Amino acid sequence: MKRWIAFWNILVKDVRTYYLKPPNISWGIIFPLAWTGMFFIRSGLGLGSALGLLAGVMTISILFGTTSMLAVTITFEKRNGSFDRLLLAPISLEVLMLAKTSGAILFGILNAFVPVIIAAFLVDLSGIVWSLVIPAIILIAVVSTFLGLLVAVSVTEIFEAQTLSNLFRFPMIFLCGLFVPILSLPVFIRPLSYILPITYGVDILQGAITDGHMLSLTYDFLIIAAFSVFLFWLSLLNIRRRWIV
Amino acid sequence: MGDQEDKEPVINVAGLTKRYGRVLAVDDISFSVNRGELFGFLGPNGAGKTTTISVLTGLARLDAGRINIGGIDCTRNPKAAQHMVGVVPDESNLYPELTGFDNLCFCAALYGMQKNERQERARQLLETFGLSDAANRKFGGYSKGMKRKLTFAAGIIHRPGILFLDEPTTGIDVASARQVRQIIAGLHNEGTTVFLTTHYIEEAERLCERIAFIVNGRIVRTDRTANLLQPVKGENILVLSTTDSGADLSQQIRQAFPRYRAQSIAPGRLKVESTEQVIVGPLVHFLEERGVQVTEARRQVPSLEDVFVQVTGVEAELMKKEKEKTEGGANQ
Repeated sequence: MKRWIAFWNILVKDVRTYYLKPPNISWGIIFPLAWTGMFFIRSGLGLGSALGLLAGVMTISILFGTTSMLAVTITFEKRNGSFDRLLLAPISLEVLMLAKTSGAILFGILNAFVPVIIAAFLVDLSGIVWSLVIPAIILIAVVSTFLGLLVAVSVTEIFEAQTLSNLFRFPMIFLCGLFVPILSLPVFIRPLSYILPITYGVDILQGAITDGHMLSLTYDFLIIAAFSVFLFWLSLLNIRRRWIV
Repeated sequence: MGDQEDKEPVINVAGLTKRYGRVLAVDDISFSVNRGELFGFLGPNGAGKTTTISVLTGLARLDAGRINIGGIDCTRNPKAAQHMVGVVPDESNLYPELTGFDNLCFCAALYGMQKNERQERARQLLETFGLSDAANRKFGGYSKGMKRKLTFAAGIIHRPGILFLDEPTTGIDVASARQVRQIIAGLHNEGTTVFLTTHYIEEAERLCERIAFIVNGRIVRTDRTANLLQPVKGENILVLSTTDSGADLSQQIRQAFPRYRAQSIAPGRLKVESTEQVIVGPLVHFLEERGVQVTEARRQVPSLEDVFVQVTGVEAELMKKEKEKTEGGANQ
Protein backbone atom coordinates (compact mmCIF):
# COMPACT_ATOMS: atom_id res chain seq x y z
CA MET A 1 0.00 0.00 0.00
CA LYS A 2 2.76 2.45 1.00
CA ARG A 3 4.58 1.99 -2.29
CA TRP A 4 1.40 2.82 -4.21
CA ILE A 5 0.91 6.00 -2.19
CA ALA A 6 4.43 6.95 -3.29
CA PHE A 7 3.73 5.84 -6.87
CA TRP A 8 0.52 7.86 -7.12
CA ASN A 9 2.04 11.00 -5.61
CA ILE A 10 5.09 10.91 -7.89
CA LEU A 11 2.76 10.61 -10.87
CA VAL A 12 0.45 13.40 -9.68
CA LYS A 13 3.41 15.65 -8.87
CA ASP A 14 4.89 15.15 -12.36
CA VAL A 15 1.54 15.74 -14.08
CA ARG A 16 0.97 18.94 -12.10
CA THR A 17 4.54 20.18 -12.35
CA TYR A 18 5.39 19.31 -15.91
CA TYR A 19 2.57 17.96 -18.10
CA LEU A 20 -0.16 20.45 -17.21
CA LYS A 21 2.06 23.45 -17.87
CA PRO A 22 0.72 25.61 -20.76
CA PRO A 23 3.81 25.07 -23.00
CA ASN A 24 3.40 21.31 -22.78
CA ILE A 25 -0.37 21.39 -23.31
CA SER A 26 0.15 23.54 -26.40
CA TRP A 27 2.96 21.23 -27.55
CA GLY A 28 0.63 18.27 -27.10
CA ILE A 29 -2.05 19.93 -29.27
CA ILE A 30 -0.09 21.98 -31.81
CA PHE A 31 2.48 19.33 -32.65
CA PRO A 32 -0.02 16.64 -33.78
CA LEU A 33 -2.06 19.38 -35.51
CA ALA A 34 1.00 20.50 -37.46
CA TRP A 35 1.91 16.94 -38.45
CA THR A 36 -1.64 16.21 -39.56
CA GLY A 37 -1.83 19.38 -41.63
CA MET A 38 1.60 18.85 -43.15
CA PHE A 39 0.95 15.31 -44.35
CA PHE A 40 -2.59 16.10 -45.43
CA ILE A 41 -1.44 18.98 -47.66
CA ARG A 42 1.64 17.04 -48.86
CA SER A 43 -0.41 14.02 -49.93
CA GLY A 44 -2.58 16.17 -52.21
CA LEU A 45 -5.17 13.41 -52.23
CA GLY A 46 -7.96 15.35 -50.58
CA LEU A 47 -10.06 14.28 -47.62
CA GLY A 48 -9.99 10.64 -48.66
CA SER A 49 -6.32 10.39 -47.70
CA ALA A 50 -6.93 11.47 -44.10
CA LEU A 51 -7.70 7.96 -42.90
CA GLY A 52 -4.52 6.56 -44.48
CA LEU A 53 -2.44 9.20 -42.71
CA LEU A 54 -4.03 8.68 -39.31
CA ALA A 55 -1.86 5.79 -38.10
CA GLY A 56 1.33 7.67 -38.99
CA VAL A 57 0.34 10.95 -37.42
CA MET A 58 -0.88 9.27 -34.24
CA THR A 59 2.40 7.38 -33.90
CA ILE A 60 4.57 10.45 -34.49
CA SER A 61 2.53 12.44 -31.98
CA ILE A 62 3.05 9.76 -29.34
CA LEU A 63 6.75 9.30 -30.14
CA PHE A 64 7.64 12.99 -29.97
CA GLY A 65 5.34 13.74 -27.04
CA THR A 66 6.73 11.02 -24.79
CA THR A 67 10.43 11.20 -25.63
CA SER A 68 10.55 15.00 -25.31
CA MET A 69 9.09 15.03 -21.82
CA LEU A 70 11.43 12.52 -20.21
CA ALA A 71 14.44 14.76 -20.76
CA VAL A 72 12.72 17.20 -18.42
CA THR A 73 11.11 14.91 -15.87
CA ILE A 74 14.19 12.74 -15.39
CA THR A 75 17.41 14.28 -16.77
CA PHE A 76 16.53 17.73 -15.36
CA GLU A 77 15.64 16.34 -11.92
CA LYS A 78 18.86 14.35 -11.81
CA ARG A 79 20.78 17.47 -12.83
CA ASN A 80 19.31 19.63 -10.02
CA GLY A 81 19.59 16.93 -7.37
CA SER A 82 15.89 16.36 -6.68
CA PHE A 83 16.00 12.91 -8.28
CA ASP A 84 18.29 11.82 -5.42
CA ARG A 85 15.39 12.48 -3.07
CA LEU A 86 13.39 9.85 -4.97
CA LEU A 87 16.31 7.42 -4.85
CA LEU A 88 16.35 7.80 -1.05
CA ALA A 89 12.68 6.81 -0.75
CA PRO A 90 11.95 3.28 0.45
CA ILE A 91 10.50 2.12 -2.86
CA SER A 92 12.11 -0.13 -5.42
CA LEU A 93 13.77 1.40 -8.45
CA GLU A 94 11.24 -0.44 -10.64
CA VAL A 95 8.24 1.19 -8.92
CA LEU A 96 9.99 4.56 -8.88
CA MET A 97 10.73 4.53 -12.61
CA LEU A 98 7.26 3.26 -13.47
CA ALA A 99 5.86 6.21 -11.52
CA LYS A 100 8.23 8.62 -13.27
CA THR A 101 7.28 7.29 -16.71
CA SER A 102 3.51 6.92 -16.19
CA GLY A 103 2.97 10.64 -16.77
CA ALA A 104 4.76 10.45 -20.13
CA ILE A 105 2.73 7.37 -21.11
CA LEU A 106 -0.54 9.18 -20.33
CA PHE A 107 0.71 12.29 -22.14
CA GLY A 108 1.55 10.15 -25.20
CA ILE A 109 -1.89 8.49 -25.18
CA LEU A 110 -3.65 11.87 -25.01
CA ASN A 111 -1.43 13.19 -27.83
CA ALA A 112 -2.54 10.29 -30.01
CA PHE A 113 -6.17 11.36 -29.75
CA VAL A 114 -5.58 14.89 -31.06
CA PRO A 115 -5.30 13.68 -34.70
CA VAL A 116 -8.22 11.30 -34.09
CA ILE A 117 -10.43 14.20 -33.01
CA ILE A 118 -9.37 16.22 -36.06
CA ALA A 119 -9.98 13.25 -38.35
CA ALA A 120 -13.45 12.75 -36.85
CA PHE A 121 -14.50 16.05 -38.42
CA LEU A 122 -13.07 15.12 -41.83
CA VAL A 123 -13.73 11.43 -42.50
CA ASP A 124 -15.89 8.54 -41.41
CA LEU A 125 -14.11 6.66 -38.59
CA SER A 126 -16.78 3.98 -38.17
CA GLY A 127 -14.64 1.32 -39.90
CA ILE A 128 -11.81 1.60 -37.38
CA VAL A 129 -11.37 -1.39 -35.05
CA TRP A 130 -11.06 0.51 -31.76
CA SER A 131 -10.46 -2.67 -29.76
CA LEU A 132 -7.12 -2.87 -31.59
CA VAL A 133 -6.38 0.86 -31.80
CA ILE A 134 -6.63 1.48 -28.06
CA PRO A 135 -4.17 -1.25 -26.95
CA ALA A 136 -1.88 -0.31 -29.86
CA ILE A 137 -1.83 3.33 -28.75
CA ILE A 138 -1.08 2.27 -25.18
CA LEU A 139 1.73 -0.04 -26.27
CA ILE A 140 3.26 2.57 -28.60
CA ALA A 141 3.12 5.10 -25.76
CA VAL A 142 4.79 2.62 -23.40
CA VAL A 143 7.57 1.62 -25.79
CA SER A 144 8.21 5.23 -26.86
CA THR A 145 8.35 6.33 -23.24
CA PHE A 146 10.85 3.62 -22.35
CA LEU A 147 12.91 4.55 -25.40
CA GLY A 148 12.91 8.12 -24.11
CA LEU A 149 13.73 6.84 -20.64
CA LEU A 150 16.78 5.00 -21.94
CA VAL A 151 18.01 8.21 -23.57
CA ALA A 152 17.22 10.30 -20.47
CA VAL A 153 19.24 8.06 -18.15
CA SER A 154 22.15 7.77 -20.58
CA VAL A 155 23.03 11.48 -20.62
CA THR A 156 23.76 14.24 -18.15
CA GLU A 157 22.35 17.36 -19.78
CA ILE A 158 18.88 18.04 -21.17
CA PHE A 159 20.26 19.22 -24.54
CA GLU A 160 22.14 15.92 -24.85
CA ALA A 161 18.87 14.05 -24.34
CA GLN A 162 17.13 16.14 -27.02
CA THR A 163 20.01 15.68 -29.48
CA LEU A 164 20.25 11.95 -28.89
CA SER A 165 16.46 11.59 -29.20
CA ASN A 166 16.47 13.31 -32.58
CA LEU A 167 19.17 10.94 -33.80
CA PHE A 168 16.73 8.05 -33.63
CA ARG A 169 13.35 9.81 -33.88
CA PHE A 170 13.66 11.27 -37.36
CA PRO A 171 15.15 8.19 -39.09
CA MET A 172 12.49 6.13 -37.31
CA ILE A 173 9.68 8.08 -39.00
CA PHE A 174 10.93 7.01 -42.40
CA LEU A 175 11.95 3.46 -41.53
CA CYS A 176 9.02 2.12 -39.51
CA GLY A 177 6.50 1.96 -42.36
CA LEU A 178 4.59 5.08 -41.38
CA PHE A 179 4.62 6.82 -44.73
CA VAL A 180 6.80 4.52 -46.84
CA PRO A 181 5.73 0.86 -46.70
CA ILE A 182 8.57 -1.33 -45.41
CA LEU A 183 8.27 -3.62 -48.41
CA SER A 184 8.95 -0.60 -50.66
CA LEU A 185 12.24 0.15 -48.89
CA PRO A 186 15.55 -1.11 -50.36
CA VAL A 187 16.22 -4.68 -49.17
CA PHE A 188 19.39 -3.74 -47.28
CA ILE A 189 17.50 -1.12 -45.22
CA ARG A 190 14.59 -3.37 -44.25
CA PRO A 191 16.42 -5.11 -41.35
CA LEU A 192 16.71 -1.67 -39.72
CA SER A 193 12.92 -1.34 -39.86
CA TYR A 194 12.47 -4.64 -38.08
CA ILE A 195 14.67 -3.65 -35.13
CA LEU A 196 12.59 -0.55 -34.46
CA PRO A 197 9.87 -1.14 -31.84
CA ILE A 198 7.57 1.47 -33.40
CA THR A 199 7.37 -0.60 -36.61
CA TYR A 200 5.17 -3.14 -34.85
CA GLY A 201 2.91 -0.51 -33.29
CA VAL A 202 2.41 1.12 -36.66
CA ASP A 203 1.56 -2.28 -38.17
CA ILE A 204 -1.19 -2.81 -35.59
CA LEU A 205 -2.60 0.68 -36.15
CA GLN A 206 -2.57 0.29 -39.92
CA GLY A 207 -4.30 -3.05 -39.55
CA ALA A 208 -6.95 -1.54 -37.30
CA ILE A 209 -7.54 1.59 -39.37
CA THR A 210 -7.02 0.54 -43.02
CA ASP A 211 -6.62 -3.23 -42.72
CA GLY A 212 -3.14 -2.80 -44.21
CA HIS A 213 -0.95 -4.69 -41.77
CA MET A 214 1.84 -7.00 -42.91
CA LEU A 215 2.58 -9.13 -39.80
CA SER A 216 0.40 -11.22 -37.55
CA LEU A 217 -1.17 -8.91 -34.96
CA THR A 218 -0.29 -11.41 -32.22
CA TYR A 219 3.38 -11.13 -33.17
CA ASP A 220 3.09 -7.36 -33.30
CA PHE A 221 1.70 -7.22 -29.76
CA LEU A 222 4.23 -9.71 -28.42
CA ILE A 223 7.23 -8.02 -30.05
CA ILE A 224 6.30 -4.51 -28.94
CA ALA A 225 5.66 -5.78 -25.39
CA ALA A 226 9.05 -7.53 -25.40
CA PHE A 227 10.72 -4.31 -26.61
CA SER A 228 9.05 -2.42 -23.76
CA VAL A 229 10.31 -4.85 -21.12
CA PHE A 230 13.82 -4.86 -22.62
CA LEU A 231 14.08 -1.06 -22.83
CA PHE A 232 12.81 -0.64 -19.26
CA TRP A 233 15.27 -3.24 -17.97
CA LEU A 234 18.12 -1.59 -19.88
CA SER A 235 17.19 1.82 -18.43
CA LEU A 236 17.21 0.47 -14.86
CA LEU A 237 20.58 -1.11 -15.53
CA ASN A 238 21.86 2.25 -16.74
CA ILE A 239 20.54 4.05 -13.67
CA ARG A 240 22.21 1.56 -11.34
CA ARG A 241 25.46 1.74 -13.34
CA ARG A 242 25.61 5.50 -13.92
CA TRP A 243 23.64 7.18 -11.14
CA ILE A 244 24.26 4.96 -8.13
CA VAL A 245 28.04 4.83 -8.53
CA MET B 1 24.59 13.21 27.36
CA GLY B 2 23.81 9.70 28.41
CA ASP B 3 26.22 6.84 28.63
CA GLN B 4 26.34 5.34 25.17
CA GLU B 5 28.68 2.41 25.73
CA ASP B 6 25.92 0.08 26.95
CA LYS B 7 23.54 0.98 24.11
CA GLU B 8 23.23 -1.17 21.01
CA PRO B 9 24.83 0.11 17.83
CA VAL B 10 22.35 1.02 15.07
CA ILE B 11 24.93 1.97 12.47
CA ASN B 12 27.82 -0.42 12.04
CA VAL B 13 30.42 0.24 9.39
CA ALA B 14 33.44 -2.02 8.87
CA GLY B 15 36.25 -1.45 6.38
CA LEU B 16 34.21 0.87 4.16
CA THR B 17 36.14 1.84 1.05
CA LYS B 18 34.92 3.95 -1.84
CA ARG B 19 36.75 5.01 -4.99
CA TYR B 20 35.70 7.42 -7.74
CA GLY B 21 37.93 6.36 -10.59
CA ARG B 22 41.47 6.84 -9.35
CA VAL B 23 40.43 8.95 -6.38
CA LEU B 24 40.20 7.07 -3.11
CA ALA B 25 37.37 9.02 -1.48
CA VAL B 26 36.94 6.83 1.62
CA ASP B 27 39.73 4.54 2.72
CA ASP B 28 38.91 1.54 4.89
CA ILE B 29 36.94 3.31 7.62
CA SER B 30 35.18 1.56 10.50
CA PHE B 31 32.90 3.01 13.16
CA SER B 32 29.63 2.40 14.91
CA VAL B 33 26.89 4.72 16.15
CA ASN B 34 24.76 3.73 19.12
CA ARG B 35 21.01 4.03 19.33
CA GLY B 36 20.03 7.56 20.33
CA GLU B 37 23.55 8.87 19.97
CA LEU B 38 24.54 12.13 18.30
CA PHE B 39 27.66 11.18 16.38
CA GLY B 40 29.80 13.75 14.59
CA PHE B 41 31.90 13.29 11.49
CA LEU B 42 34.32 16.19 11.46
CA GLY B 43 36.73 17.01 8.68
CA PRO B 44 37.66 19.53 6.00
CA ASN B 45 36.09 19.72 2.55
CA GLY B 46 36.94 16.68 0.45
CA ALA B 47 37.67 14.53 3.51
CA GLY B 48 35.04 11.94 2.53
CA LYS B 49 32.12 12.99 4.74
CA THR B 50 29.48 13.32 2.01
CA THR B 51 30.74 10.20 0.26
CA THR B 52 30.30 8.25 3.49
CA ILE B 53 26.70 9.47 3.84
CA SER B 54 26.00 8.71 0.17
CA VAL B 55 27.19 5.13 0.61
CA LEU B 56 25.33 4.63 3.90
CA THR B 57 22.06 5.93 2.44
CA GLY B 58 22.22 4.03 -0.84
CA LEU B 59 23.10 6.88 -3.19
CA ALA B 60 26.52 5.38 -3.91
CA ARG B 61 27.91 1.86 -4.04
CA LEU B 62 30.68 0.78 -1.73
CA ASP B 63 33.80 -0.88 -3.18
CA ALA B 64 34.65 -2.81 -0.02
CA GLY B 65 33.45 -3.22 3.54
CA ARG B 66 30.22 -3.96 5.34
CA ILE B 67 27.30 -1.77 6.41
CA ASN B 68 24.60 -2.64 8.91
CA ILE B 69 21.85 -0.14 9.69
CA GLY B 70 19.19 -0.82 12.29
CA GLY B 71 20.10 -4.50 12.34
CA ILE B 72 19.74 -4.83 8.56
CA ASP B 73 22.73 -5.79 6.44
CA CYS B 74 22.75 -3.08 3.78
CA THR B 75 26.02 -4.11 2.17
CA ARG B 76 24.37 -5.68 -0.84
CA ASN B 77 20.95 -4.07 -0.59
CA PRO B 78 21.33 -0.43 0.43
CA LYS B 79 17.57 0.21 0.04
CA ALA B 80 16.71 -2.29 2.75
CA ALA B 81 16.98 0.22 5.61
CA GLN B 82 15.74 3.33 3.81
CA HIS B 83 12.35 3.25 5.54
CA MET B 84 13.95 3.94 8.94
CA VAL B 85 16.42 6.56 7.72
CA GLY B 86 16.08 10.29 7.10
CA VAL B 87 18.59 12.28 5.10
CA VAL B 88 19.25 16.00 4.98
CA PRO B 89 21.67 16.47 2.09
CA ASP B 90 24.28 19.20 1.91
CA GLU B 91 22.36 20.91 -0.88
CA SER B 92 18.73 22.00 -0.80
CA ASN B 93 17.24 19.70 -3.41
CA LEU B 94 13.49 20.11 -3.11
CA TYR B 95 11.23 21.01 -6.03
CA PRO B 96 11.45 24.72 -6.90
CA GLU B 97 8.04 24.81 -8.56
CA LEU B 98 6.18 23.31 -5.58
CA THR B 99 5.21 25.32 -2.50
CA GLY B 100 6.85 24.63 0.84
CA PHE B 101 3.73 22.83 2.05
CA ASP B 102 3.41 20.73 -1.13
CA ASN B 103 7.11 19.82 -1.00
CA LEU B 104 6.73 18.46 2.52
CA CYS B 105 3.51 16.59 1.67
CA PHE B 106 5.20 15.07 -1.38
CA CYS B 107 8.22 13.93 0.64
CA ALA B 108 5.86 12.41 3.24
CA ALA B 109 4.03 10.54 0.48
CA LEU B 110 7.32 8.99 -0.64
CA TYR B 111 7.33 7.22 2.73
CA GLY B 112 3.74 6.06 2.29
CA MET B 113 2.12 8.47 4.76
CA GLN B 114 -1.64 8.95 4.35
CA LYS B 115 -2.96 12.32 3.17
CA ASN B 116 -4.33 13.61 6.50
CA GLU B 117 -1.26 12.49 8.39
CA ARG B 118 1.19 14.08 5.96
CA GLN B 119 -0.70 17.38 5.84
CA GLU B 120 -0.81 17.57 9.62
CA ARG B 121 2.89 16.70 9.90
CA ALA B 122 3.79 19.25 7.19
CA ARG B 123 1.94 22.02 9.03
CA GLN B 124 3.59 21.03 12.30
CA LEU B 125 7.09 21.13 10.78
CA LEU B 126 6.47 24.42 8.99
CA GLU B 127 5.52 25.81 12.40
CA THR B 128 8.58 24.29 14.09
CA PHE B 129 10.94 25.75 11.49
CA GLY B 130 9.21 29.16 11.48
CA LEU B 131 8.09 28.75 7.86
CA SER B 132 4.30 28.82 8.29
CA ASP B 133 4.01 32.22 6.61
CA ALA B 134 5.90 30.88 3.58
CA ALA B 135 3.97 27.61 3.39
CA ASN B 136 2.17 28.54 0.18
CA ARG B 137 5.13 30.20 -1.52
CA LYS B 138 7.12 28.30 -4.11
CA PHE B 139 10.35 26.76 -2.84
CA GLY B 140 12.26 28.39 -5.71
CA GLY B 141 11.50 31.80 -4.20
CA TYR B 142 12.77 30.95 -0.71
CA SER B 143 15.95 32.49 0.73
CA LYS B 144 18.95 30.22 1.24
CA GLY B 145 18.26 29.86 4.96
CA MET B 146 14.59 29.05 4.36
CA LYS B 147 15.57 26.47 1.75
CA ARG B 148 17.94 24.77 4.18
CA LYS B 149 15.27 24.69 6.88
CA LEU B 150 12.62 23.24 4.57
CA THR B 151 15.14 20.65 3.31
CA PHE B 152 15.78 19.74 6.94
CA ALA B 153 12.05 19.47 7.58
CA ALA B 154 11.67 17.21 4.53
CA GLY B 155 14.36 14.92 5.94
CA ILE B 156 12.45 14.34 9.17
CA ILE B 157 8.89 14.40 7.77
CA HIS B 158 8.48 10.62 8.32
CA ARG B 159 9.90 10.70 11.86
CA PRO B 160 12.99 8.59 11.09
CA GLY B 161 14.75 6.79 13.92
CA ILE B 162 18.11 7.41 12.26
CA LEU B 163 18.95 10.78 10.77
CA PHE B 164 21.86 11.63 8.48
CA LEU B 165 22.68 15.32 8.42
CA ASP B 166 25.20 16.50 5.87
CA GLU B 167 26.50 19.96 6.77
CA PRO B 168 23.04 21.12 7.94
CA THR B 169 24.06 24.67 8.89
CA THR B 170 26.48 25.43 6.10
CA GLY B 171 25.93 28.71 4.33
CA ILE B 172 22.93 29.94 6.32
CA ASP B 173 22.53 32.98 8.54
CA VAL B 174 23.36 32.96 12.24
CA ALA B 175 19.75 32.88 13.46
CA SER B 176 18.76 30.02 11.14
CA ALA B 177 21.88 28.03 12.05
CA ARG B 178 21.11 28.49 15.74
CA GLN B 179 17.54 27.34 15.19
CA VAL B 180 18.70 24.29 13.23
CA ARG B 181 21.12 23.35 16.03
CA GLN B 182 18.32 23.63 18.57
CA ILE B 183 16.17 21.33 16.46
CA ILE B 184 19.03 18.82 16.15
CA ALA B 185 19.45 18.86 19.93
CA GLY B 186 15.70 18.43 20.34
CA LEU B 187 15.59 15.42 18.01
CA HIS B 188 18.50 13.89 19.90
CA ASN B 189 16.73 14.40 23.20
CA GLU B 190 13.68 12.65 21.78
CA GLY B 191 15.84 9.60 21.03
CA THR B 192 16.69 10.01 17.33
CA THR B 193 20.08 8.65 16.35
CA VAL B 194 21.89 11.46 14.54
CA PHE B 195 24.88 11.11 12.23
CA LEU B 196 26.13 14.64 11.66
CA THR B 197 28.84 15.68 9.23
CA THR B 198 30.25 19.14 9.61
CA HIS B 199 33.37 21.18 9.15
CA TYR B 200 32.29 23.58 11.87
CA ILE B 201 34.38 22.46 14.83
CA GLU B 202 32.38 24.53 17.32
CA GLU B 203 29.16 22.91 16.08
CA ALA B 204 30.54 19.41 16.55
CA GLU B 205 31.86 20.29 20.02
CA ARG B 206 28.55 21.84 21.06
CA LEU B 207 26.26 19.08 19.77
CA CYS B 208 28.02 15.72 19.48
CA GLU B 209 28.53 13.05 22.10
CA ARG B 210 31.15 11.27 20.06
CA ILE B 211 33.20 12.55 17.18
CA ALA B 212 35.27 10.96 14.44
CA PHE B 213 37.96 13.10 12.80
CA ILE B 214 38.17 12.28 9.10
CA VAL B 215 40.96 13.54 6.85
CA ASN B 216 41.75 12.41 3.31
CA GLY B 217 39.21 9.60 3.49
CA ARG B 218 40.61 8.08 6.68
CA ILE B 219 39.33 8.28 10.25
CA VAL B 220 42.26 9.46 12.33
CA ARG B 221 40.54 9.45 15.72
CA THR B 222 37.15 8.55 17.17
CA ASP B 223 36.24 9.25 20.75
CA ARG B 224 33.70 10.79 23.08
CA THR B 225 33.84 14.59 22.92
CA ALA B 226 34.75 14.79 26.61
CA ASN B 227 37.67 12.40 26.09
CA LEU B 228 38.87 14.30 23.04
CA LEU B 229 38.96 17.48 25.09
CA GLN B 230 40.88 15.82 27.95
CA PRO B 231 44.42 16.59 26.65
CA VAL B 232 43.70 20.30 26.44
CA LYS B 233 42.10 20.53 29.87
CA GLY B 234 44.23 22.75 32.07
CA GLU B 235 45.93 24.26 29.03
CA ASN B 236 46.41 28.02 29.02
CA ILE B 237 46.39 29.74 25.67
CA LEU B 238 47.28 33.33 24.86
CA VAL B 239 46.90 34.71 21.35
CA LEU B 240 48.96 37.81 20.59
CA SER B 241 48.26 40.14 17.71
CA THR B 242 51.44 41.98 16.72
CA THR B 243 52.87 44.22 14.08
CA ASP B 244 54.41 41.95 11.50
CA SER B 245 58.19 41.81 11.90
CA GLY B 246 58.57 39.40 9.01
CA ALA B 247 60.59 37.12 11.30
CA ASP B 248 59.34 33.96 12.95
CA LEU B 249 59.46 34.86 16.64
CA SER B 250 58.02 31.60 17.91
CA GLN B 251 61.43 29.93 18.05
CA GLN B 252 62.91 32.83 20.05
CA ILE B 253 59.99 32.76 22.50
CA ARG B 254 60.42 29.04 23.04
CA GLN B 255 64.12 29.60 23.84
CA ALA B 256 63.48 32.52 26.18
CA PHE B 257 60.45 30.93 27.90
CA PRO B 258 61.09 27.17 28.00
CA ARG B 259 57.70 26.43 29.65
CA TYR B 260 55.79 28.09 26.82
CA ARG B 261 54.98 26.54 23.46
CA ALA B 262 54.72 29.25 20.83
CA GLN B 263 53.65 29.06 17.24
CA SER B 264 52.87 31.54 14.50
CA ILE B 265 49.26 30.90 13.44
CA ALA B 266 49.02 33.69 10.85
CA PRO B 267 51.07 36.74 9.83
CA GLY B 268 51.12 38.98 12.92
CA ARG B 269 49.46 36.38 15.16
CA LEU B 270 51.24 34.28 17.76
CA LYS B 271 49.74 31.53 19.86
CA VAL B 272 51.42 30.78 23.19
CA GLU B 273 50.39 27.68 25.15
CA SER B 274 51.40 26.32 28.50
CA THR B 275 50.18 24.14 31.32
CA GLU B 276 50.97 27.11 33.55
CA GLN B 277 49.44 30.57 33.45
CA VAL B 278 50.87 32.54 30.50
CA ILE B 279 52.02 35.91 31.88
CA VAL B 280 51.44 38.72 29.42
CA GLY B 281 53.90 41.39 30.68
CA PRO B 282 57.24 39.62 30.12
CA LEU B 283 56.11 38.38 26.72
CA VAL B 284 55.11 41.87 25.56
CA HIS B 285 58.37 43.29 26.89
CA PHE B 286 60.34 40.54 25.12
CA LEU B 287 58.65 41.27 21.80
CA GLU B 288 58.97 45.06 22.11
CA GLU B 289 62.69 44.69 22.66
CA ARG B 290 62.76 43.05 19.22
CA GLY B 291 60.85 45.90 17.60
CA VAL B 292 57.50 44.15 17.55
CA GLN B 293 54.48 46.00 18.95
CA VAL B 294 51.76 43.94 20.61
CA THR B 295 48.36 45.35 19.62
CA GLU B 296 46.21 42.79 21.41
CA ALA B 297 46.61 39.91 23.86
CA ARG B 298 43.64 37.60 24.25
CA ARG B 299 43.26 34.56 26.48
CA GLN B 300 41.61 31.63 24.73
CA VAL B 301 39.67 28.77 26.25
CA PRO B 302 41.09 25.50 24.90
CA SER B 303 38.63 23.87 22.54
CA LEU B 304 38.07 20.96 20.22
CA GLU B 305 39.70 23.08 17.53
CA ASP B 306 43.04 22.69 19.33
CA VAL B 307 42.54 18.94 19.60
CA PHE B 308 41.58 18.73 15.95
CA VAL B 309 44.70 20.60 14.88
CA GLN B 310 46.87 18.42 17.12
CA VAL B 311 45.39 15.17 15.88
CA THR B 312 44.89 15.86 12.19
CA GLY B 313 47.50 18.47 11.42
CA VAL B 314 44.80 20.36 9.52
CA GLU B 315 44.76 24.00 10.52
CA ALA B 316 41.37 25.18 11.71
CA GLU B 317 42.02 28.41 9.83
CA LEU B 318 42.18 26.41 6.63
CA MET B 319 38.78 24.85 7.38
CA LYS B 320 37.32 28.30 8.00
CA LYS B 321 38.75 29.63 4.76
CA GLU B 322 37.31 26.65 2.91
CA LYS B 323 33.86 27.19 4.33
CA GLU B 324 33.99 30.93 3.60
CA LYS B 325 35.14 30.18 0.06
CA THR B 326 32.48 27.56 -0.62
CA GLU B 327 29.49 28.92 1.24
CA GLY B 328 30.16 32.49 2.21
CA GLY B 329 29.84 30.97 5.73
CA ALA B 330 28.23 33.64 7.79
CA ASN B 331 26.80 31.46 10.48
CA GLN B 332 29.59 31.10 12.95
